[in-house]
Amino acid sequence: MEEQFPIQKVMDDQGNITDEKTLQQIDEELVKKAYYHMKRIRLFDRKAISLQRQGRIGTYPPFEGQEASQVGSVLALGTDDWVFPTYRDHGATLTFGADMVRTFLYWNGRAEGCVPPEGKNIFPAAVPIATQIPHAVGTAWAEKRKGTQNVTLCYFGDGATSEGDFHEGLNFASVFQTPTIFFNQNNRYAISVPIEKQMHSKTIAQKGLAYDLPSVRIDGNDIFSVYFETKKAVERARNGGGPTLIEAVTWRTGAHTTADDPTKYRPEEQGKDVVNPLDRLEHFMKNYSYWYDAWIDQIEHELTEEVEAAVEAMEHFPQPDPSDLFDHVFANPPEQLSEQKQSYLELLGRG
Amino acid sequence: MDVKMERKAEQTNSTQVLTMVQAINDGLKTMLEEDDTTILLGEDIGKNGGVFRATEGLQEQFGEDRVVDTPLSESGIVGTSVGLAVNGFKPVAEMQFMGFIYPAYDQIMTHVSRLRMKTMGHYSVPMVIRAPYGAGIRAPEIHSDSAEALFTHMPGIKVVCPSTPYDAKGLLIAAIEDPDPVLFMEPMRSYRAQREEVPEGKYTVEIGKGEKLQEGTDVTLIAWGAMIPVAKQAAKQVEQKEISCEILDLKTLYPLDRDLIAESVQKTGRAIIIHEAHATGGLGNDLISEINDTSFLYLRSPIERVTGFDVPVPFFALEDHYLPTPQRVLQSIEKAVHF
Ligand SMILES: Cc1ncc(C[n+]2csc(CCOP(=O)(O)OP(=O)(O)O)c2C)c(N)n1
Repeated sequence: MEEQFPIQKVMDDQGNITDEKTLQQIDEELVKKAYYHMKRIRLFDRKAISLQRQGRIGTYPPFEGQEASQVGSVLALGTDDWVFPTYRDHGATLTFGADMVRTFLYWNGRAEGCVPPEGKNIFPAAVPIATQIPHAVGTAWAEKRKGTQNVTLCYFGDGATSEGDFHEGLNFASVFQTPTIFFNQNNRYAISVPIEKQMHSKTIAQKGLAYDLPSVRIDGNDIFSVYFETKKAVERARNGGGPTLIEAVTWRTGAHTTADDPTKYRPEEQGKDVVNPLDRLEHFMKNYSYWYDAWIDQIEHELTEEVEAAVEAMEHFPQPDPSDLFDHVFANPPEQLSEQKQSYLELLGRG
Repeated sequence: MDVKMERKAEQTNSTQVLTMVQAINDGLKTMLEEDDTTILLGEDIGKNGGVFRATEGLQEQFGEDRVVDTPLSESGIVGTSVGLAVNGFKPVAEMQFMGFIYPAYDQIMTHVSRLRMKTMGHYSVPMVIRAPYGAGIRAPEIHSDSAEALFTHMPGIKVVCPSTPYDAKGLLIAAIEDPDPVLFMEPMRSYRAQREEVPEGKYTVEIGKGEKLQEGTDVTLIAWGAMIPVAKQAAKQVEQKEISCEILDLKTLYPLDRDLIAESVQKTGRAIIIHEAHATGGLGNDLISEINDTSFLYLRSPIERVTGFDVPVPFFALEDHYLPTPQRVLQSIEKAVHF
């Protein structure tokens, strides 16, 4: 299966493009966009970890190492498409237009963090593993029924492929030929469980075969490979060609979450040879004369300020309101629920 | 006989001072040593020792065949455990959090709890499902559910929930030895909240028996798991008002210790039920029925419930508003006493 699904890449670890045709498709706009967003989400991610350490937000699952997978894939979408993230995919959602203040709020235990900006189709991060996969299929199915050309992009990890929802989602997508891109980030661990113990199959891409899905295995740390392969899948879906499964092989640099200790289960030397996707893009930019010092300095400065301002806004966000416990359960709250609310607010002295 | 005395009689000589999560670890270890057919299954329970370290060191000691890191699939874990149980093993399956038990609900509802009945006793499913539950630790969404009523409603499975390290180990061993499936709920908030003397080696706490934690005369507080400390705090606070609370720790949620409840409520004439699950369809309602059946004429006030609200357990910024607090219990005690 590894022969049938080799890891495809167009850029090597030193940032050299190994495929002439791809090189012609890369322009300054794409390079700058890719770098800008990868840098931006890197700063966000590191800030979130440090906020957690200081007790300013709750448990946080870092995505460092997976920036190329997240940015490259989501950049291939159009504005009216849909994104279905997991808890680790804030890099993708931020790039797609999620609000940074609200993304911080999410990790501070606030449901406000699940509300997408007006006009952005972003589902709340799925916490129960693989449950978002059928949603992405249903949403795509609805787009198809409505006769639009919009597609859905669904993120999930290697561990998620063990859940029933993964298989059920792929089968529905296959049967109803929905415009769905199943984007797997194979970061080789599901918390402590390595991929070899998660599955006996050698690749995740091969799981698409059972459902007759076009499937591809790519280097998830190669931003260009991710971008162009996702773009292909998106085009196919838009033009009625149905779903695609993409396995992006990547590496989570840090812990599963801030509550996790990877030294308990990952050999120290493992992953040492992985070139960080942002470094790899930097090499490319230097190799191909896209490295503009002034621009780099400027965005670094801007982005640092953006992240700081978002933290500030998160911390000055209005306090959570106990009424919110009750107000959003139904469109029209049943009487007994309104009574529970009333008596609780009275107890708080706010009735 | 006084419960405390019973305990003493059971105890072996040496004890260790353990937290609840350590006591659970010790209980699992005891049964892995005791019975070769005991097998642990779960996500991240092996090399990682469990996300709460409940299985720390066990894979190292007993090997990968007996302490198994499974694929990420709750339905798979429980479904294969049914097969293992039917075919000679004693599976102890861990759900990483109770909020992730739902993919396995199908297996539990349709097979774990029914196999004995549908084969007229030919096959049975002696397995344990461990599930850390409850809010109050600032965990992400879904990690904080308290879903006992979905299972007490389910015929054919027992449900237990300790509130102390001693009971955790003893109930766990009893659950593993039980001929039928047992859901073992672990209050995450109490995992490391308290240390106490726990006997070394094997002992059991009987399934189906609760315990009177505090004698009182005016009102009976009924609780379990992480709500025990809340009940205790409320009882302490009303002492100043000269209201005397009796506190019952149910420990087993199905089958209920009906005698313990009846005896206490018949004495005090008042009952407050405290649970962190939602009110509607919550176990509190069964307890009210139980009291109605056994003690209606002894009641001096309507039975009160202090529960989580009928809303999904919120994200953690609001979880303290969702959870029953001593203040809310206090309000109910006053209401009952001044009825
Ligand atoms: C249904 C369910 N079971 C268990 C968990 C606990 N859990 C959270 S993340 C995780 C591992 C997920 O691994 P993977 O799908 O590879 O994604 P990654 O975290 O590596 O991004 C587990 C077991 C959960 N969130 N949902």
